[in-house]
Amino acid sequence: MPADTPSLGIHCRHLHKTYPGAGAPALVDVNLDVRPNEFIVFVGASGCGKSTLLRTIAGLEAYDSGVLTVGDQAVTGPGLDRAMVFQHYSLYPWLTVLDNIRFCRQLKAHTAERTSGDVEDAAGRADALLRLMGLTHVAKAYPSQLSGGMQQRVAIARALMSRPPVLLMDEPFGALDAQTREVMHDLIQHVHRLERTTIVFVTHDVEEAIYLADRVVLMAPRPGRIDSIHTVPLPGVRTQDMKLAPEFLALKRLLLDRIRDTSGMKTDLDLLAQLSRSAADVASGATPS
Amino acid sequence: MSITPLPVNPADLPPVAAPSVPPSVSHGVPMQRHDETGQVKPRRRGLAVRQDIPRAVYWGLAAVGLLVPLLLWLLAAASGADPVFLPSPAKVVARLGLWWDDGLLGDVGISTMRVVVGWAVSALIALPVGLMIGTWRPVQALLEPLTDFIRYMPAVAFIPLVMVWVGIDESAKVAIIFIGTFFQMVLMVAEDVRRVPMAQIEAAQTMGATATEVIEKVIVPSAKPALLDTLRITMGWAWTYLVVAELVAANSGLGYAILKAQRFLQTDKIFAGILLIGLIGLLIDQLFRFAHRKAFPWLHARH
Repeated sequence: MPADTPSLGIHCRHLHKTYPGAGAPALVDVNLDVRPNEFIVFVGASGCGKSTLLRTIAGLEAYDSGVLTVGDQAVTGPGLDRAMVFQHYSLYPWLTVLDNIRFCRQLKAHTAERTSGDVEDAAGRADALLRLMGLTHVAKAYPSQLSGGMQQRVAIARALMSRPPVLLMDEPFGALDAQTREVMHDLIQHVHRLERTTIVFVTHDVEEAIYLADRVVLMAPRPGRIDSIHTVPLPGVRTQDMKLAPEFLALKRLLLDRIRDTSGMKTDLDLLAQLSRSAADVASGATPS
Repeated sequence: MSITPLPVNPADLPPVAAPSVPPSVSHGVPMQRHDETGQVKPRRRGLAVRQDIPRAVYWGLAAVGLLVPLLLWLLAAASGADPVFLPSPAKVVARLGLWWDDGLLGDVGISTMRVVVGWAVSALIALPVGLMIGTWRPVQALLEPLTDFIRYMPAVAFIPLVMVWVGIDESAKVAIIFIGTFFQMVLMVAEDVRRVPMAQIEAAQTMGATATEVIEKVIVPSAKPALLDTLRITMGWAWTYLVVAELVAANSGLGYAILKAQRFLQTDKIFAGILLIGLIGLLIDQLFRFAHRKAFPWLHARH
């Protein structure tokens, strides 16, 4: 994509998807508008459909009915307008970091309008991404020689190479330790400010969701659906100390309670509470009910 | 191409565990024993499950593993066993000497040619067919059950059919090797292709790759190390079909020599032939392993 390509919005109306042979639908009546350049996060317990919705937007999964457009193009399959970062095992181990990042350059979709200025631009772009993601010192290394955090940086740089209008991220920091994850949070924020792209991010971690997002989309399982959408009441530029701000904690509490109520975990917790009450009754000598 | 370790920002490295003091208890077994003088002696750890041993110990034991059977063979033969039943190593070596003067190199050459050509024709067809089976489910549905079925048919049983269909010249021997190798190879190639992580394929798709580009630029490079291993393993199997192949009106080759020796009960020649085939197989195997290390530096790079 040329340097002046704007980010795109995503429009979703009455989206339905059921996997054949499954009990409950994976996605039911999903309605969502993602603004261009927004950082939106899907969060929820397992089975709520957040990854399914992301992969449907990516075009990796088909949907049964409804409307799904990116910009004003209907989604019919994967394409270079929606780049994706996966949780793991997506880097090409036979290529160096630099070659991984430059991978899209050899695809026909990217060589359509090749001018010499375009080639120059690509070299500069790869270099800029190496510097942005702190990878210059490992440009000639192979992915297997890098730590998990470094590998994910390469994955992000590779996805950004073509200046995608939409960047999709499927639990990209899930396999990383807490300290690395903090660094990656601030890095992806920095990237979002510098690159003009709409970011759709999926996570099960409520704190991560609130910290990164402009808006949080809370999803619930059985059937997979959007439960509620919350605007994050924090300034655009986030810092780690905001995680202790009252607004942050209030939203976190709200989301966690809502997840608990909608995921069926509430039943388990009520049962546990009931059992411990009976145990306490027996211990104190009262007859069990 | 060798990989030198790059200067990596220490902050980016995964946390290194602090060097640990050897614990006094390991795997539930007290590490220290007290002998009569009250001195503490460390117990050796070599027998714990998956416990590694020094390279010297490994190669020492490997040498023992190879030399002990040889020694037993020497002793058994020397203890007066019937030389037809068990020829001594000396007899086998002597036979090899005679054979050398009698065209051994020619036999090795013709047998190697038959095996390698049969295996190569197999690979030429099995690689693209296996790739298609591993990439497209409809192709898998169409071809895999049939291949699975034919795989169990013994190559030996095909000899009369091959003689009728192909004749009794070199192509007949190559055909037997092919029948023994091809069907296994196709299934292994398909399996190697299916092992390519879906995330690698989907990453390319989200970068705008076409199906052909996914196959050419992701699936094939990703599966290459496994494919080379498959080629190495199937080459080993191809060799085991040599004797079967040379049942078809051969008049030269190692298998032919073994079959002829069998007729005259020259067990020393049978031993010689079998050992020679084993040695050639081992050599080829090592060549494949060497090629694997050279072809995939990224797999063997230091972390």
